[in-house]
Amino acid sequence: MSNRAGRDPHLVVVGASLAGLRAAESARRSGFGGAITLVGAEEHLPYDRPPLSKEFLTSDDPSPTVLREGAVLRDDLAIGLRLGTRATGLDASGRVVATDDGDIPFTSLVIATGATPRNLPGGDQLRGVHVLRTIDDARAIRAAIDAGARTVVVGAGFIGSEIAASARTRGCEVTVVEALPTPLARPVGETMGRVLASIHERHGTTLKVGIGVDGFEGEATVRAVRLADGTSIDAELVVVGIGVAPNTGWLTDSGLQIGDGVECDDKLCTGVYGIYAAGDVARWHNPTFNARMRLEHWTIAAEQGGLAGRNAADPAGATPFETVPYFWSDWYGNRIQFVGIAAGADEVVTVLGDVEGDSFITLYRQGERLIGALALEQRSQIMKYRAMLSTGASWEDAMAFAKDRAAKLAAKAAAADTG
Amino acid sequence: MRIHTDIDRCTGHGICESILPSVFEVGDDGLVHLLDGELTETMRAALESAVVECPSQALRLEG
Ligand SMILES: Cc1cc2nc3c(=O)[nH]c(=O)nc-3n(C[C@H](O)[C@H](O)[C@H](O)COP(=O)(O)OP(=O)(O)OC[C@H]3O[C@@H](n4cnc5c(N)ncnc54)[C@H](O)[C@@H]3O)c2cc1C
Ligand code: SF4
Repeated sequence: MSNRAGRDPHLVVVGASLAGLRAAESARRSGFGGAITLVGAEEHLPYDRPPLSKEFLTSDDPSPTVLREGAVLRDDLAIGLRLGTRATGLDASGRVVATDDGDIPFTSLVIATGATPRNLPGGDQLRGVHVLRTIDDARAIRAAIDAGARTVVVGAGFIGSEIAASARTRGCEVTVVEALPTPLARPVGETMGRVLASIHERHGTTLKVGIGVDGFEGEATVRAVRLADGTSIDAELVVVGIGVAPNTGWLTDSGLQIGDGVECDDKLCTGVYGIYAAGDVARWHNPTFNARMRLEHWTIAAEQGGLAGRNAADPAGATPFETVPYFWSDWYGNRIQFVGIAAGADEVVTVLGDVEGDSFITLYRQGERLIGALALEQRSQIMKYRAMLSTGASWEDAMAFAKDRAAKLAAKAAAADTG
Repeated sequence: MRIHTDIDRCTGHGICESILPSVFEVGDDGLVHLLDGELTETMRAALESAVVECPSQALRLEG
């Protein structure tokens, strides 16, 4: 089969992590018969990032979770791997990706270059100061925790909080410094941000909010973190978790629309025929919430990768990407799960458990509609709300459902008590 | 067609349940349970996506 460019079909996927892997695999599984090449800047086979701030730091035997063996990709799926190769530019109309190892022509393309953590000025020049995105970052952080480092985490977002919890679980002295007055206000809202923050204090992690970091002390190696009020906190390990920036630098001259990420339509198409984006780098229109979103969530990156791969393999039959955002985070052995969106909520109501305890479910209302649900250690409940969110359930229905579940759980507990 | 669950790996995300609530359910123990009922060919695509979307790689489809 030949195509517009008169070339043999060749799907190129740039970014060999979760979204890129899924794109390449799903294109092949959907029946794409042309060549597929997966290009990735890291030397490693695609591996899983969520464990890097969790089990990789706490377990006795840290080893990376490889998402797919090289042999499966090469032999079973006939996917060509170009690892350790960085894309440096894109000629969208000429349909060529430029890399530090030569040009790669394509007929369709999936952009899945993810995001890079922001650092603080001077942070990348001092030993002991890290960000966490890659397995190499995780190894360095793990080594410092193994040595019992006094730890300062800058930024009380989810990744920062997980690193703090892991270091604390391993017995380190840990301080988290957050510039905003309430941590996690953007992803879960002010009220629940405060609730989640209190989990740190219950586990002996010091939390300082509403104060910025001024800089670092130390010559070649960090000795302390200096705060805006002039005080400083001694530390051998500093992890900066102040958010990420989408990796779009290589696309600057491509003519693609770049804002906070690669701008896509509801089918994840960039607007140029056959060029799609997926994962942390992509901003798209989510029909379920009728809003433009760029998410940094595992499940979304995986789902988007799968869809972008199928759409790139068959642009004429492309379908939209609709989802109810889902993410999780594990702190001190407790699972936090969130479905939906928190922004724009008029009210939050806790329908099960106790926000001062170890388990609860809180629902988010906007007008007459359910828009989100937050759970702590309520694994059996949360996906029921994701299903309701996907069908646009009313607040009334959600509350009725919650009441019913709570009554059933209470009856079960009573039966267990007497029996 | 059979679905195999690896309880040592499952951490109860419930992604499988959100894809196929008639087959998977996360129980009060926080782990995946298979609900009774026949797996049919029409479910194959959804079962395959449950397998790949599981963040813990705890599911396997046989046959
Ligand atoms: C420590 C950590 C913990 C996390 N925990 C959770 C969690 O508990 N729950 C949750 O929902 N999400 C979590 N996430 C987020 C989740 O891992 C991401 O959403 C997911 O990795 C996004 O996948 P991606 O493929 O879009 O991007 P990435 O995983 O960032 O992959 C992009 C890849 O592209 C490569 N690349 C970049 N530029 C180029 C270039 N020019 N040329 C070639 N290759 C390039 C990069 O090297 C990288 O390998 C966590 C992330 C981290 C870092
Ligand atoms: S998606 Fe995977 S981890 Fe989650 S409940 Fe299902 S099997 Fe368990």
